Amino acid sequence: MSDTRISRAFARLKDKGKKALIAFVTAGDPDIAATRELVLTLEASGADIIELGIPFSDPMADGPTIQASSERALKKGTTPEDVLDAVKKIRKTSEIPIVLFGYYNPIFSYGVKKFSRKAKEAGADGVLVVDLPAEEAGELKEELCKNGLDLIFLLTPTSDAERMKLTSNVATGFIYFISITGVTGARQSVSKNISSYVKKIRCFSSIPVVVGFGVSTPVQANAVSSCSDGAVVGSAIINVIAARQNDRKALLADVGEFVSSLKKGMNARG
Amino acid sequence: MTKLPDRLGHFGAYGGRYISETLMPAVMELEKAYLKWAVHPDFKKEFAYYLKEYVGRPTPLYCAERLTKKLGGARIFLKREDLCHTGAHKINNTIGQILLAKRMGKKRVIAETGAGQHGVATATVAAMFGLKCEVYMGVDDIKRQSPNVFRMKLLGAKVTPVSSGSRTLKDAMNEALRDWVTNVYETFYIIGTAAGPHPYPMMVRDFQSIIGAESKRQFKDIAGKLPDELIACVGGGSNSLGLFHPFLEDKGVGMTGVEAGGDGVSTGRHAASINGGRPGILHGNKTYLIQDKWGQIIDTHSISAGLDYPGVGPEHAYLHDTGRVKYVTVTDKEALFGFKTLTLTEGIIPALESAHAVSYAIKAARKLGKNQTLIVCLSGRGDKDLQTVSKAFGYEL
Repeated sequence: MSDTRISRAFARLKDKGKKALIAFVTAGDPDIAATRELVLTLEASGADIIELGIPFSDPMADGPTIQASSERALKKGTTPEDVLDAVKKIRKTSEIPIVLFGYYNPIFSYGVKKFSRKAKEAGADGVLVVDLPAEEAGELKEELCKNGLDLIFLLTPTSDAERMKLTSNVATGFIYFISITGVTGARQSVSKNISSYVKKIRCFSSIPVVVGFGVSTPVQANAVSSCSDGAVVGSAIINVIAARQNDRKALLADVGEFVSSLKKGMNARG
Repeated sequence: MTKLPDRLGHFGAYGGRYISETLMPAVMELEKAYLKWAVHPDFKKEFAYYLKEYVGRPTPLYCAERLTKKLGGARIFLKREDLCHTGAHKINNTIGQILLAKRMGKKRVIAETGAGQHGVATATVAAMFGLKCEVYMGVDDIKRQSPNVFRMKLLGAKVTPVSSGSRTLKDAMNEALRDWVTNVYETFYIIGTAAGPHPYPMMVRDFQSIIGAESKRQFKDIAGKLPDELIACVGGGSNSLGLFHPFLEDKGVGMTGVEAGGDGVSTGRHAASINGGRPGILHGNKTYLIQDKWGQIIDTHSISAGLDYPGVGPEHAYLHDTGRVKYVTVTDKEALFGFKTLTLTEGIIPALESAHAVSYAIKAARKLGKNQTLIVCLSGRGDKDLQTVSKAFGYEL
């Protein structure tokens, strides 16, 4: 495994017998100035890795919560360049691994080569593109590789052995297992047979496997990370942000409190 | 010309599969089923049976004598897809896809719709075969195409309003994709145009190619040769590709795709992806898209709900780049002129989508000699547009 902020983070956690808490926020929601403060708050509250969403006009894989979040960010005029700029600012004071998370068109439109170079310069560590399966990822993979950035892929309950193998061959950093068939969004319960899927993925891949989609409570985060290397929480954090859009202080305090509770839940021995 | 698309669904630089991983196995399963059944005699027989007995094919290739005479140029032939059951070419494709859905054991079909023609065509075949049907439609389109909404409901379909984004066809497609990703095991997504992830652009084109194959045969019977020019409107581009595809290798046949110019491409209020957009990725394929500097999809505008879409099928993108097909635009105003002209000279009320093709044909015919011939795809009838047209003409219904 190459030596990157992402791989080091997982190695450190493993040494301590702990699991990764991966927190998602959309860059530019409620505004781009808040994004830096939010990421630093997430880190201080126990997040181990940040997924930073690049807003897109047509977020087909997202449920209402993240759709609304993207819309708010776009209304504020957030561009991919603003997102990279935010990463640069975060890097001045933080070494938390950052994965840029989004859809392919804004990256393609910006220029795959230019995006990869600028992402590296800004201090990002990886990229995850929801609508870019392994078959179409060649160009982006090559450019990210040149710049030492990870390209992270999704696997799902519909992925068979062949797709797990294909995806594992190109994935670096970690694999993100989507625990349900559906769009992003907080849910009452998480799927029960996550553990068997994760075991299957591990037959093909030696990089960490994290679990997300629908994870929204400390108990759920604990459950999904106990059989994997970490839990991703997105919509549940966005819900907290959405409720406190006009009060920066309360926003940071509430997000911090919520993420601390997730972290605590994950550390609890069930 | 090599046979396109390639194994992964590429038409040159376009097409492909840009979708979330959850759907990859679903489109691969669909591709496998399609490749198996498309060449199977039982499937071909059943498809042909329903096209003939249920849709009413072959549709006439009608010589528009009065229109031709009025313009004094090329002879104009109309491929009468408006005479298909449900009033548009859309049903050619929904019959094909539902036969496939049945063979794949799917119990539920979903669809997106803009003008409502594809939604009606889907609800119709779902009723005929007894499958559950849900149609996603933008709330703005629901308003301007209310007769079709009622039609779908009568046919037993659930019509789900989509209020996100620009509240038109593109957002309906987003929502249908979200449904598919959630209910992927039991659901068959019937896409209405030659776009989306592979195999849809190929499959929809193949099902719609009956339009061109019939036209070729019919024209040969009438004139003993090939036509000089084919004209069809292009939104996603299924009726145009259906007409063009069987003629692609006939070098002497010119082809023009007519995009929706809205208020004019220079105003920014249009739906002309090729003439006013640039390549990008949306809804599972790489193609020409109407987008801003940062790759965000822009709201489109056309008087015709069926053309009001920011993308175009990937094969059209390819045919544009190679120069095989010419793509032009017709504004809302010009389309209304075409609508009126055809109605008054031939007694045929065209859909506003098809009126774009008619409008361009009027311009083209005037420039051509009397010994030349045009085939215009009259993709649908205009009943569904009476509300919009009456408003444009200042007539209260």
